[in-house]
Amino acid sequence: MEYTKQALDHFMNPRNVGEIKDADGIGQVGNMRCGDIMYVYIKVKSRKSKVESGKEEYIEDIKFKTLGCAAAIASSSMMTELAKGKSIDEAGKLSRDDINEALGILPKQKYHCSILSADAIHKAIDDYKAKKAGKQAS
Amino acid sequence: MVNLKKIYLDNAATTLVAPEVRKIIDNVNDKYFGNPSSVHSIGQESHRLLDENRRKIADFVGANVDEIIFTSGGSEGDNLAIRGIVAENRKQNTENDKPHVITSLVEHHAVLHTVQELEKEGLIEATYLRPTADGIITADTVKEAIKDNTILVSLIYVNNETGVVTPIEEIGEVIQKENSRRAAVATPHNLLLPPPLTPPQAGGESLGRGGKIYFHSDAVQAAEWEEMNADKLKIDLLTFTAHKFHGPKGVGALYIRKGTPIKPQITGGSQEFGKRAGTENLAGIAGMAGAITQVKSQESKVKSQVESLRDKLEQGIVDSIPDVIINGKGAKRAPHVSNISFINAEGEAIILNLDFLGIAVSSGSACTSRSLEPSHVLTAMGIPPEKAHGSIRFSLSRYTTEPEIDKVLEVLPPIIKKLREMSPFK
Repeated sequence: MEYTKQALDHFMNPRNVGEIKDADGIGQVGNMRCGDIMYVYIKVKSRKSKVESGKEEYIEDIKFKTLGCAAAIASSSMMTELAKGKSIDEAGKLSRDDINEALGILPKQKYHCSILSADAIHKAIDDYKAKKAGKQAS
Repeated sequence: MVNLKKIYLDNAATTLVAPEVRKIIDNVNDKYFGNPSSVHSIGQESHRLLDENRRKIADFVGANVDEIIFTSGGSEGDNLAIRGIVAENRKQNTENDKPHVITSLVEHHAVLHTVQELEKEGLIEATYLRPTADGIITADTVKEAIKDNTILVSLIYVNNETGVVTPIEEIGEVIQKENSRRAAVATPHNLLLPPPLTPPQAGGESLGRGGKIYFHSDAVQAAEWEEMNADKLKIDLLTFTAHKFHGPKGVGALYIRKGTPIKPQITGGSQEFGKRAGTENLAGIAGMAGAITQVKSQESKVKSQVESLRDKLEQGIVDSIPDVIINGKGAKRAPHVSNISFINAEGEAIILNLDFLGIAVSSGSACTSRSLEPSHVLTAMGIPPEKAHGSIRFSLSRYTTEPEIDKVLEVLPPIIKKLREMSPFK
């Protein structure tokens, strides 16, 4: 399996590994059959918007836990780096190709790992939004 | 160029070419370039060398020289055996009377995919035997699977992923008994036995219903470590390949018992008794014979040495790492393979971490490690995918040393710990 330097670096020295106990949103993806499972935890805060007047919500902290191959771990790590500090809207637009390109393109048969990590952040954001809507409703 | 300071524990994938074997290959390439089929003396010298080496290789399996067919290796040997037997048999079978082939779910893909292919083409009916939880194909399951139209049983001798040994001799006996029964039924003079269910076929070697069942084994992983005498094993076809026992790649042999009808799969010249066309790989064949000479001269001592290093590795892992499963532990195993599942760690991640430290291992067979599917062998043994995904195959050789095993035992626990800390599961 040929991995790029970036991918190997993120695999051997993954960034943002861990859990956030009081996470605002959690995304869980993958299954045991394919062997890759990712949990992503986000902490959301609000700050002055850079693009428009008023406030925006952003990912203040992000952590992951992954059981999987080198590509799954590397793409989890890269995804957290790309998402950290981004506004919720920007992070929600992170695509599998963004992650794959940042890793210097994964081997073809490992492409699904970058899909997983993109799905994981989207799910965490959805989870945050759902929780927030639930709070406001009650 | 491979760094020799690296620790190579992937000998079930391939082995290093022994220095003595390398010398033989160089010498043959240097002095015997002639084509063994040529009439002139340069060719005839090559022919003599070919005969000499065929003799050595035939002796290894207790065969006559004309029972050894040189091939390009294990996959070709398996294909020739299975396709060759099926093709010969088909001649005598009608559309509605397909020959039946018995194999197992734990075969190397060279056998498994070949049988599946023939089945898909509608040429055969196939039964895939399920192993025990320890990965053993038992003689009883073979016995139960035999049908009137069974013509071939093909089973792996030593499993390439787990090292589990198939009781070939015992299965050979089951097949011999069935063959004697069939022969008796087919003999009209024998009034003591019930009349045949189907009329015997006329002329030649009768095949198919009432005919013989041929027994083939892929012995690629067994050659260096297990009994290889074809008569003792009661086997008709035996595949082996040089690069699994410190010979060169690209050369192997298929033992074909005299009288076994087989259709060539590579046609052309009349080499290999008309069973496999193509100019012989003389240097490779001489190299294989040299590797066999070495295997024969060092057998018992090396086997126990490799076995005790394998046991030390397993014991050390069990003692220092929680939640590990040694796959096939309850079965008789060849000494050189150990297959271990590390729960909550993934195989490729373990391999790459070890590779960074100069240690070469694999997950399952080299053929499956590039696919995303969990190993078909472990899956057939009933090991769930999440455990199969975390399995590593360590395979040793006569060149493996104790300090190398110590090194693995030193670096492996922190790797597994690190990966498990990264996992969402506890």
